[in-house]
Amino acid sequence: MFDRLFEKDVAISGIGQSEVGRPSGLSAMQLTLDAALEAIADAGLSRDDIDGVACWPGDNNNGDAFSPVGPNALISTLGLKVNWFGGGYEGPGPLAGVINGAMAIASGLCKHVLVFRTITEASRRLTDKTASALTNKTIGRDSSFFWQWYTPFNVLSGINLMAMYAQRHFHEYGTRPEQLAQIAMTCRANAALNPKAVYRTPMSLDDYMGSRMISTPLRMLDCDVHCDASTAIVLSRIDAARGGPNPPIRLEAIGAALHQPWSWDQIDLTAMVTGEVARMMWSRTDLKPSDLGSAQLYDGFSILTMIWLEALGLCPLGEGGRFIEGGHNIARDGVIPINTNGGQLSGGRTHGLGYVHEACTQLWGRAGERQLKAHRASVVAAGGGPLGGSVLLVRE
Amino acid sequence: MARKLPALNPDNSAFWQGGAEGTLNMHHCQGCQRYFHPPAPICPRCLSQDVGPRPVSGRGKVLSYTINHQRWNADVEVPYVVAIIELADQPGLRLVSNIVGMPVDEVRIDMPVRVTFSQVEDVWLPFFEREA
Ligand SMILES: [Zn+2]
Repeated sequence: MFDRLFEKDVAISGIGQSEVGRPSGLSAMQLTLDAALEAIADAGLSRDDIDGVACWPGDNNNGDAFSPVGPNALISTLGLKVNWFGGGYEGPGPLAGVINGAMAIASGLCKHVLVFRTITEASRRLTDKTASALTNKTIGRDSSFFWQWYTPFNVLSGINLMAMYAQRHFHEYGTRPEQLAQIAMTCRANAALNPKAVYRTPMSLDDYMGSRMISTPLRMLDCDVHCDASTAIVLSRIDAARGGPNPPIRLEAIGAALHQPWSWDQIDLTAMVTGEVARMMWSRTDLKPSDLGSAQLYDGFSILTMIWLEALGLCPLGEGGRFIEGGHNIARDGVIPINTNGGQLSGGRTHGLGYVHEACTQLWGRAGERQLKAHRASVVAAGGGPLGGSVLLVRE
Repeated sequence: MARKLPALNPDNSAFWQGGAEGTLNMHHCQGCQRYFHPPAPICPRCLSQDVGPRPVSGRGKVLSYTINHQRWNADVEVPYVVAIIELADQPGLRLVSNIVGMPVDEVRIDMPVRVTFSQVEDVWLPFFEREA
C-alpha cells in the first residue's frame, strides 16, 4: 500500500513540559519557553540546532486560550532560524504537529523540529467560562462549512456530540455508565502518583455516578480538567537522534487517515474516525497490539478513550465496556496500562502532546513513582469525531 | 432563546428556508439518484454537479441523542435534546437537530419523528417531534 514509510526516519530525542497550573501564574509564552527550552536541552541540543517548528493547532492570531502561542510567536521569541514551520487546525487531530514535523524531517527540510502545544484555558476561564467551547465563535451569522449544521441547534460544546456517540455505543453494545466510569477512575488512580496532576484525591464509583450530568450519558467526571501548561518535544532525523543523550524513540508508525466526511454526524456513530486511523497505523508496522506496554489515549471525554481502545485492537470492537469493567485490564498492572500520568481527565488538559510526553517518560524509565515495568513500545492516539491521529512509538 | 443562525448562501438556503413552504429540502443528485447532506454544489459520491434541493417526507427516526443539562450561556434554556435523525427517505440520510414538544426523558433511539419548523428571522429551523 505504501512504498515509503517516512516516519521510520524520525525519532523523538527530547521532551519538556512546563508546570501544569489550574491556573498558572505564568504567561502563555513563559510556559511555552519552559517546555521548549527543557525539550531542547533534554535532546542535548542548543537553540541554534532547531531548524523547524510545528504546532497543532497553532495560533489563529487571536490569542485564543485553546492555543495562545503558535510557531510564529515562538520562532520570534526564541530567535530561531528555521527552514520550515507550520501550524493550523486542519490536520489529523492534536497529534498533527508531530506528524507534520516528522514529514518535514523525512522530506529533508529539517534535522531537528521543535513540536509544542500551549494551552491556557484554566486562567482564561476565570473571566470567560466559554473560553474552551469548541464551537464556532464568529460574531453574527455562522458561515462555517462545519459548524453551521450544529450551532443553530444549540450544539454549544463538543460534549453534545461525544455524548451522542456514547449513547449510540450504549445502545448498540449494551455499554453501561458503571463501565465507562472506569476510565475516569483509572486516570484518577494514576494521577495520585503524578505530582504534577491537577486532581489527585481518590475517586470512587459513587463519586462518578453522583457527579453532575452535563449531556447524557456523560457526566462532569467524564470531562477533562482545564489547565495552563505547555508541552514540547524535539523530533530529530534518526541518525542525528542516535548521537544524542537519550535512546531514540522512533516513530514506528503513524495513523492520519480520514476516509469519511469532515462532519460530526455523517460518520460512523461509534468508531468515528478512529477505525481508519488505527488501520493505517497498523498497516505501517510489523508490531501488534500485544507488543504494547502502555497506551496514552485521548480522554478529553472518557468515551473517546474507550473507543480508541477498540479501534487500536486493544479489545474487540464493541467490547470496550466489558473490557474496562472493574478497571483491571487498564490499570497500571493490567493488560494495557492507560493514561499513566492521570490523562487529561485528572492530570490536566494539555490537549494532545501531554500523551506523547508521558509515553516517552515511561519508555525512558523516568516516571519515578508511577514508572511501569520496562517496555519498548507505546501507542499515543488523540482526537474524536472526524479529527484523529495516532503514533506508535518504539524506544531503541 | 437566542440561537446562532446560519449565514444563507445559494447552496444552503433551500434547506434553511424550506420551512416557509412547510417542506424539508435535502440535496439530491440526478447522477446517482441519491440524497446527500449537507448540501453542496457537487455530489460527494459520483461527483455529478447535477444536484439540487428536493422535498423529502420529513419523517425519520432518532439514531442517537443527548439531553443537554449544562447552561452554556445565559440565552439557553435547559434541558434540551440534541439528536441525530435518520430520514425515512434514504438509509444513511442524516442530520443533526433538536427534539421538541415532549418530555426530554422520554426520547429514545429509534423513536419515530417528523419535522416541525420554527421560524427565526429568515431561517426556518427544522426541529423534530415525536410521530403521533
Ligand atoms: Zn451522485
